[in-house]
Amino acid sequence: MSGPSTYKPNSGFERWLDVRLPLPRLLHDTIHTFPTPRNLNIWYTFGGILTFCLAVQIVTGIVLAMHYVANAGLAFNSVESIMRDVNYGWLIRYMHANGASMFFLAVYIHMFRGLYYGSYKAPRELIWIIGVLIYLLMMATAFFGYVLPWGQMSFWGATVITNLFSAIPVVGTHIATWLWGDFAVGDATLNRFFSLHYLLPFIIAGVVGLHIWALHVPGNNNPLGIDVKSPQDTVPFHPYYTVKDAFYLTLFVILFAGFVFYAPEFFGNADNNIPANPLVTPPDIVPEWYLLPFYAMLRSIPNKLLGVIVMGGAIVTLVFLPWLDTSRVRSCRFRPLMKQFFWAFVVACVLLGYCGSQSVDAVKFGIPMVWVARVASLYYYAFFWLILPIVGLIETPKKLPASIAQSVLGDSAAAPAE
Amino acid sequence: MRLTHLSLGSAVLALLTTASAFAAEGAIDTKRLHPKAVEFSFEGPFGTYDRGALQRGYQVYKEVCAACHAVEHLAFHNLAEPGGPEFTEAQTRALAAAAKVPAEPNDRGETTDDKGTTLTRSATLADHLPAPFPNENAARANNNNSLPPDLSMIVKAREGGAAYVYSILTGFHEKAPTGFKVTEGKYFNPYFEGWNISMPPPLNANSVTYSDGTKATIEQEAHDVVTFLAWAAEPKMEERKRVGFGVIIFLIALAGLLYAAYRKVWADKH
Repeated sequence: MSGPSTYKPNSGFERWLDVRLPLPRLLHDTIHTFPTPRNLNIWYTFGGILTFCLAVQIVTGIVLAMHYVANAGLAFNSVESIMRDVNYGWLIRYMHANGASMFFLAVYIHMFRGLYYGSYKAPRELIWIIGVLIYLLMMATAFFGYVLPWGQMSFWGATVITNLFSAIPVVGTHIATWLWGDFAVGDATLNRFFSLHYLLPFIIAGVVGLHIWALHVPGNNNPLGIDVKSPQDTVPFHPYYTVKDAFYLTLFVILFAGFVFYAPEFFGNADNNIPANPLVTPPDIVPEWYLLPFYAMLRSIPNKLLGVIVMGGAIVTLVFLPWLDTSRVRSCRFRPLMKQFFWAFVVACVLLGYCGSQSVDAVKFGIPMVWVARVASLYYYAFFWLILPIVGLIETPKKLPASIAQSVLGDSAAAPAE
Repeated sequence: MRLTHLSLGSAVLALLTTASAFAAEGAIDTKRLHPKAVEFSFEGPFGTYDRGALQRGYQVYKEVCAACHAVEHLAFHNLAEPGGPEFTEAQTRALAAAAKVPAEPNDRGETTDDKGTTLTRSATLADHLPAPFPNENAARANNNNSLPPDLSMIVKAREGGAAYVYSILTGFHEKAPTGFKVTEGKYFNPYFEGWNISMPPPLNANSVTYSDGTKATIEQEAHDVVTFLAWAAEPKMEERKRVGFGVIIFLIALAGLLYAAYRKVWADKH
């Protein structure tokens, strides 16, 4: 893909196949000889880790669907039956439930990495935008999935989120009714959410294909953010990055296994072990941790419609990122000012997540959390719409190294090459 | 999702703020107290269920709790399975045979006798433990309009888990603070949100007679039945921890091999 193909068919069958369906050539060029910058660090292993997460979710999900019953009267007990009666059902379900959290953990690291090293800048704008689309699909899929066990938090989470659409003027309530398939969240809603929960992962898989395809045209960005200039700057993907990705993936799976086997309910909510009851509202309706920053934004705005717009806008903003950053330097390593704003942005996101996990009227250290959420939301928007455009114009970046090879070999040489 | 791991210190703090709120406004903050600090055999990465506690806990459940609370997800055969109370098959068959469950329709298609009483039969290993009430309305009618929750998931369905359930069971018999009025028909329990609980104090010393000679104090009975309920909520826990140990050892070995391969492959590229 990137550059001319170096594939040489070795056997008669490969030559026959190569002029008909050149699948071996595609694989050879994309996962074997693909020239990859030699300086990629640990944060660049999360792309592979995410592919693994998607595969785990699809495989465990297909098995769960063999035993799950999408019916408001039976769903909760069918999940308990998976936990108790299906051979290793507890393992499959805990992998799937914790796998969702692991998936989001990895995707957030992957996104922050892209933000820090400027991986969204030309010529990689489409990789970023397709990535935002994947993230959006992931959130939808995770939300539908969380509804399926039909516990109290499933039911009331679904009620709160679908009710957001009723904030739309004039047609809002009609849209909500149309989404529910009823006049409230119920059996019809559960059925369609199950259907969509099964469909969306395959759409994600397709869009991930586009994401990787778009990546393989310009090739990887790297921590220096400078272009590959000579073959000296790269190594073939295999074995250099297959072995590195495999090692870090294994470390990630150890963390994953730690949760699955020793703290499987860590990310869960006790209330979701109570069957859904439309007549009893839980004291606190809290979404899963990975949606908390957006939940905090929503709740920090006193007006419902405005809150929904602010929350949705936070995600839509990401699409414009490639054109909001005016700097000609990609990597924050060489952007002393931007680096500080970046870390402040990470802190703002974590703070938003924390605020989302607290009740609306929570006060910590004498500070109402809703105000913390407001300030953090404001910073979130300011970061993209003010700081990124302005800092790029006023900042003096540090001197970029001449090439990746010089930077890598210069670091290891006794005398620093300048 | 809310991870409210309060320490003892913050529990004291909660009490203090409760006291100051009381002093300031004359009203009492009836937020539930942090659960008591209590240890269980099944905690930690290698913790298992204490078999004796599970068997005694089943006895407490059957002789005390089962009067009002169902455990709908438990079947009799579960009582004999590895990782659970592990009654012998003969013991479990006897336990099942002693229990009465609603009978299937007889030859004439009847499920009740001439007087309208539900026909019953002895349970088998395949039957789930019988529920005390046929439906929610019957349960409420017998419990001052309150619904005794199903207990099969209770340890997982309450924030604070096993310690919370233990604190509720042993949290009666404390004197309500002056100024707090217990609602008519309710009972004072500071470990329950709002401090008014519909359940009367369920356990007394010697509520059950243990066959293994264990002294049946309230704390002992509560500890045993909570162990039983923790197992009921998470019956595959022992298998999970055992499999997990092997998986993680394997992954660490694999990571070691991959690290060696990684160093070797990259040796000339750094």
